[in-house]
Amino acid sequence: MLYVAVAAGAFRRYATYRAATAAGLATNTVFGFLLAYAYLALWQQRPHLGGYGPAQALTFVWTGQALLAVALIAVGGVDELQERIRSGDIAVDLHRPADLQLWWLAADLGRAALQLIGRGIVPLAVGALAFPLALPADPATWGWFLLSALLGVVVSFALRYLVALSGFWLLDSSGLALISALAGMFFSGMVLPLRVFPGGLADLAQLLPWAALLQVPADVLTGARTGTGLLRGLLFQAAWAAALLALGRLVQAAATRKVVVHGG
Amino acid sequence: MADRPGGRLPVLRDALTGYALLAWMQVRSALAYRTSFVLMALGNFAASGLDFAAIALMFAHVRALGGYALPEVAFLYGTGSLALGLADLLVGSLERLGARIRDGTLDTLLLRPAPVWAQLAADRFALRRLGRVVQGLLVLVWSTGHLDVDWTPGRVLMVPLMTVCGAVIFGAVFTAGAAFQFWAQDAAELQNALTYGGNALLRYPPTVFARDLVRSVTFIVPLAFVNWLPALWLLGRPYPLGLPGWTAFLSPAVAALMGAGAALAWRHGLRAYRSTGS
Repeated sequence: MLYVAVAAGAFRRYATYRAATAAGLATNTVFGFLLAYAYLALWQQRPHLGGYGPAQALTFVWTGQALLAVALIAVGGVDELQERIRSGDIAVDLHRPADLQLWWLAADLGRAALQLIGRGIVPLAVGALAFPLALPADPATWGWFLLSALLGVVVSFALRYLVALSGFWLLDSSGLALISALAGMFFSGMVLPLRVFPGGLADLAQLLPWAALLQVPADVLTGARTGTGLLRGLLFQAAWAAALLALGRLVQAAATRKVVVHGG
Repeated sequence: MADRPGGRLPVLRDALTGYALLAWMQVRSALAYRTSFVLMALGNFAASGLDFAAIALMFAHVRALGGYALPEVAFLYGTGSLALGLADLLVGSLERLGARIRDGTLDTLLLRPAPVWAQLAADRFALRRLGRVVQGLLVLVWSTGHLDVDWTPGRVLMVPLMTVCGAVIFGAVFTAGAAFQFWAQDAAELQNALTYGGNALLRYPPTVFARDLVRSVTFIVPLAFVNWLPALWLLGRPYPLGLPGWTAFLSPAVAALMGAGAALAWRHGLRAYRSTGS
């Protein structure tokens, strides 16, 4: 099937960027250590902050480093798509016998799968060797975590796709992409778990779509979400994924109706 | 170009003029898209501000981190951010070397009558990076107003001195990281571990980290001289490794050494460069 081939192609493509993967891995690992020590200092004074024990807080840190590249948490758009919209190459894509959104979603899932292997496993393993992490012994929890991470990638893609499509109207969508990337960093729990945010902000942040990127998958892995909490977390992610993908389709329809390609 | 008559001074002049001209051209082209420029500068300001927001959120739960109060952590944050921000503003574009090797445009720079390093550092000179500089400066100014420190002339002088030395140290890391890309073109992200990673490290007090980590950033990659050693002297705090007091004033020497090392690495890399010739 076409979209499987697109995903497989993206997977193989990212597999060739070995030096980039190794460099990213080294950076993720360094940041993991830094954040882990900072969190330790915090949780030594407040051992139950945000409902996490110290081991769970450390697991949160390393899960964040593992998912940073997978769910592109600190990225606000789809660079190549934005460039194609800006240059007008998008007109060629719209003539292809494939759906634009599904094509890019498939490519993003292929990329995420490679980066889960290339940049996800090592940080968690290093973290587990260097610190006492609260990793689940139960294989089912790992399965739920993978499902939750997958939903996180879909939500991340749906958001970035919307930002990229804004290029049809803005021409230069890099400003919006930057703002969206910042929101991703802050409201995903990457800089600090959302449950540690002060009162109302914590509640609000956990309702926003970015919570699906890291906060929910990390809570599944650390065991902070079990039973109905787990189910509600996954439903929350699925709902945002469906809503944002649907919105993406609407925007896509509006954009393709109005597309005017510059130049001759 | 070193054998040109007149020695090194004209080379340095060429480098500075070339850098200034290219940088000014980039600034003018960026200002042509005023809204985009303002948005990106604000974005840079906010991106850097988020890091401080995280620290502020932590201090909503505790009085001190690693034994350091908020103004002290803010002082570390401000000096580190300012040093990195200045280095990133002035030479951060060097990280695009790998991309220029890949698409073959490095060869164009080799033909121009100005040092490649200066051309590359000025390439895509982005004034919007002032966002980080301004943010670091604001936090630094706020912290100095809240610190319980006797501001002797020596302490006051130490702040600009450590900022300049810190910027040179980070600039050396940017240069060495770029030089490494002569061999590994895709490895641009690796230096982030030392630049942005270093910044993330230096904003927390050294007491937070394991001894081995503190040792390695003091003796192996001496990022600790950007702000930890001089700032702890200024704050009247002991450095965890029990180093003698005069080491707090070593930052200029460390900056000079790292600059020289990075320059050597750069020359070596540039000489080893073979164009694909396509």
